[in-house]
Amino acid sequence: MRYLCRSYEDFFKPSKSGRSKSSSKPREPPIRPWIEKYRPKDMNDISSQEEVVAVLKKTLESQNLPHLLFYGPPGTGKTSTILALARELYGPELIKDRVLELNASDERGIDVIRAKVKNFARTTVSGSANGYPSPPYKIIILDEADSMTQDAQSALRRTMETYSNITRFCLICNYISRIIQPLASRCAKFRFKPLDTTSTKQRIEEICRNESVNCPPETVDHLVRVSEGDMRRSIMLLQSAYRLYQSEPITKDAMSEIAGVVPEPLIDKLMAVWQSKNIAHIESTVNQVIKAGYSGAQLMSQLHDRVISDAHLSSIQKSKMAQTLGQVDKALGDGASEHLQLLRLLVAAY
Amino acid sequence: MSLWVDKHRPKSLDKLDYHDGLTQQLQRVAASGDFPHLLVYGPSGAGKKTRIVALLRELYGPGVEKLKVDLRQFVTPSNRKLEVSIVSSNYHIELTPSDVGSYDRVIVTDLIKEIAQTQQVDSSAKRPFKVVILNEADGLTREAQAALRRTMEKYMANLRVILCTESTSKIIAPIRSRCLLVRVAAPEVDEMRKVIYKVCKKEGMTIPEAFATRLAEAANGNLRRAILMLEAARIQQYPFEDNQEIAITDWERVIKDMAMDILGEQSPARLMKVRGTFYELLSHCIPPDIILKYLAFELMKNVDGQIKLEIVQAAAQFEHRLRMGNKAIFHLEAFVARFMSVYKAYLMEIGMA
Repeated sequence: MRYLCRSYEDFFKPSKSGRSKSSSKPREPPIRPWIEKYRPKDMNDISSQEEVVAVLKKTLESQNLPHLLFYGPPGTGKTSTILALARELYGPELIKDRVLELNASDERGIDVIRAKVKNFARTTVSGSANGYPSPPYKIIILDEADSMTQDAQSALRRTMETYSNITRFCLICNYISRIIQPLASRCAKFRFKPLDTTSTKQRIEEICRNESVNCPPETVDHLVRVSEGDMRRSIMLLQSAYRLYQSEPITKDAMSEIAGVVPEPLIDKLMAVWQSKNIAHIESTVNQVIKAGYSGAQLMSQLHDRVISDAHLSSIQKSKMAQTLGQVDKALGDGASEHLQLLRLLVAAY
Repeated sequence: MSLWVDKHRPKSLDKLDYHDGLTQQLQRVAASGDFPHLLVYGPSGAGKKTRIVALLRELYGPGVEKLKVDLRQFVTPSNRKLEVSIVSSNYHIELTPSDVGSYDRVIVTDLIKEIAQTQQVDSSAKRPFKVVILNEADGLTREAQAALRRTMEKYMANLRVILCTESTSKIIAPIRSRCLLVRVAAPEVDEMRKVIYKVCKKEGMTIPEAFATRLAEAANGNLRRAILMLEAARIQQYPFEDNQEIAITDWERVIKDMAMDILGEQSPARLMKVRGTFYELLSHCIPPDIILKYLAFELMKNVDGQIKLEIVQAAAQFEHRLRMGNKAIFHLEAFVARFMSVYKAYLMEIGMA
């Protein structure tokens, strides 16, 4: 009986709200993640990539853009740069017709390159927007190009050349070694380096002010350190921390937890048992670490930092430890069991 | 009648038993209008799934518990038909893309984008977005993960992704940097004991403290296992006694016996016998990596210092190969053969001395 009532209510609900829709308040504007909100709006806004920006500006003046290949670690502003560049070239209206963005979430097999990209590349464009240079070519952005197949990349070679008078390509990738040589040689390459700490810090502080985040200076420093030059990561972390703690001050430990960083005392303990070579201790400590659920890859990288900076170990010892670390990290990447691999690391001779 | 594990699973965030700090944080995230992508990680049986379901309830109300199961068909670019079962409610969809192996990319691109591109139609919904839960996210191939990364950014308005995984090692960095990391650690023995008491109370039973402690310790941080064992013990004998035997599953007993066999004699004939047992275990669908791990830890319990080191190395090595290779039996056997040779050499050495 109750069930009936409930479904009866449900039945009427949509129509009721449908009627009142015109009078109801408009939906609040969607909350934008900070990484989108604070994406650089123009070329001058891009932090810490002075050389790249300077060169691109020069090419803007001459209106002659080469094919571009941006590469560098994640979160260094590659996508932001090309989007800002396109905006400066075409303005907000024209950009929709002139820019085609394809990323790894789109189907990018050889058929798509042959059909969609070629068709877009083929069309000539004319007309211009007021106040913008609007040069007579289009831009095709291939984001995350390193996850394109070899075949798809080779299909691109000829297309790039044939339509080079009316289309420019911009390839974006993390690893330049995964782009086939013929493609790379057709592009002007730009390397994006990890952001330096001062510019990241400035940016974070600016966001803290704008969003009134209660983030003490030492937490900001810590945040910049754990994000290792990845701007997106640092902004995401800041926003996550803000969501969790709202107006409360964010402590350093809280930031580490959000970033998934293993606490230092635990790393100390692991280093100690590693050097003690006592199998019983190793077993129990590893068991404890695994139960706490820390990420294996993160453990490896933090242990590695510790080994490299340890003053008590000789170079030979360090290199042996680093070698095992490498093997274990590879095994973890292949999906091997974290428990066994961590044990293996700690019992390895050095 | 459902299992106790399901029957007594906490349904909302405020009923969760341990990790109070984490619970509070989750409540705050749910209360604030804006909700990030989540990556929930931790050992199995720690309560990842329970927390996700409770969080969804907090977000959308009891409507999320009306579940339906669909079979969806997909066609890969190479014209292969795939079928995936999808659990969904009006507000969320749950799937395990790794079920279809290397074709998971198709699911990520087709299905998730399809959801992402449709807006929430139900105007009575509390949130403007839908949630997609991806189980066993560490099983996603690299291509699928690469496909996910831009989708997560682009359709942030309509879609939130919750990834659930045992280890984050296999999740690529760009995805990790887009998610709020939520670590669910295994419960301590004390915390598990509390839950065991609670379940007993609800079932109207009493349990001696010593037995509860032993159950909690035997479960080794896996609460699901602890409650399953409790239920098994209830069937075996009630009222409980302090020194009641804890029931272990059949496959565990088989592996325990196998470990004893291996320690008892090291010869080709014994290896032949062990192989038979391996085949039997595999044909009962026990995953080979679990067999190897359990066997290695069983063997390690029964040998001493120096030899342990070699066993750990061998186990790690063969477990890794097992993941890379196609046929499990080779690597399982190789591990046993290696152990036998190491152990025999060691026995002869002390025999001589």
